[in-house]
Amino acid sequence: MFSGLREKVGQVLVPGDEFCLEIPETLSLSEPMKPEKVLLGPGLKRKGDRKLLVVKSGVLRHKQPHVFWVENQQRRYVPARGETVIGIITVKSGDVFKVDVGGSEQASLSYLAFEGATKRNRPNVQVGDLVFAQFSVANQHMEPELVCVDSAGRANGMGVFGAGGLLFSVSLGLIRRLLRPRSDVLSDLQKLLPCELVVGMNGRLWARASSVQQTLVVSNLLQSCDTMSPPQRQQLFRRAAQGAL
Amino acid sequence: MEVCARTNVTLREFGCEQTLLSRPDGSASFVQGDTSVMAAVYGPAEVKVSKEIYDRATLEVLIQPKVGLPSVRERSQEQCVRETCEASLLLTLHPRSSLTLILQLIHDDGSRLSCFLNAACMALMDAGLPMNCLFCGVTCAINADSEIITDPTAAQEKESRALMTFAIDSKEQRVMMSYTTGSFSVHELQQCIAVSQKASENIFQFYRDSVRRRYSKNL
Repeated sequence: MFSGLREKVGQVLVPGDEFCLEIPETLSLSEPMKPEKVLLGPGLKRKGDRKLLVVKSGVLRHKQPHVFWVENQQRRYVPARGETVIGIITVKSGDVFKVDVGGSEQASLSYLAFEGATKRNRPNVQVGDLVFAQFSVANQHMEPELVCVDSAGRANGMGVFGAGGLLFSVSLGLIRRLLRPRSDVLSDLQKLLPCELVVGMNGRLWARASSVQQTLVVSNLLQSCDTMSPPQRQQLFRRAAQGAL
Repeated sequence: MEVCARTNVTLREFGCEQTLLSRPDGSASFVQGDTSVMAAVYGPAEVKVSKEIYDRATLEVLIQPKVGLPSVRERSQEQCVRETCEASLLLTLHPRSSLTLILQLIHDDGSRLSCFLNAACMALMDAGLPMNCLFCGVTCAINADSEIITDPTAAQEKESRALMTFAIDSKEQRVMMSYTTGSFSVHELQQCIAVSQKASENIFQFYRDSVRRRYSKNL
């Protein structure tokens, strides 16, 4: 059914490319038929009954059984529910904080959405603080909402952080490469310099190493990784290990 | 120089670079012969309340000339580019947000509107904005001997009797926008559209190749 799409996996597509979903003309009456479901990720849109439209340029990726998406290197973040991001508190007003997450609108974060927070026991959050939080509401028609607790009410790594580190931004493509299980960029970096890293899916990275100098090295390395192929990156890391930076 | 066999569809050499600026969300520079344009896209970003549209994104196009302030000519070209972009972008996917496209003319040697359109398309693609289809711009000039010249230089534009720019979409090669000056017959107009459609194939192939080159590192 998705043969046309399968052939293109790993290739570069541009907006306007179309795929037909061939629906079998004849139905077998003897064998039980199971409907095949396709799951479309970012960059692909359903058009009418049996057509798929590519709306972003990038590399087509596929995951078993029928998950397809287009991987690209955009910089602007569009909030999506369930994603964890690094936000900056911009306004404290009454019972909600306004948080800048890099999207088209500021997200709101309730003061009760922290671990152990009650009406009496308010969390200590100041304007300018960094928070690592998760989207509980994010769609194009509503104001995005953040929470700093998981479904069990635990912080689970989320909350206010960021003393003594450095915040910088990279492309969303690099963020996804860092968050992959067994990420090659991350393993190369770990061999070179031990550091603390917070990765927000909105393209923001926060790093802290043993000294200010090493933190800067980490940030420079990661920012230059953005547009490098694996051999180029390994060469850069080798040079950095020899003390070139 | 790419030459087509059937008619004399000759385009000057073109080149493109994406993501060359660090601050904008998407950027591209497009060169056609000696004409050069740089484009930057910001968005989807926060929108002013006065410009907010409740069911789609607001697109703003700004054209900066090489020297001085934007004048009437830039304003009319802004409108042409904006309406073409609005037709190809899926603006309803980002309601109540703003998209800003800034086009800086670096050098003008003819066919500037088509170069603006090409740079705009590459920058929008680089910013990862959802698009229905791609578009490209082709300029045709008809000279005193009634010959059609595609992608004319400034000198050829000056000598021409009529000048036409078309925006053409990548799906069915339809005309999305046309901008004409001078006098010409209906037959000549149809000929120019046919020539532009032929030329657009080259440009779309070039778009595809340059995007492929850009993503070659993470294939």
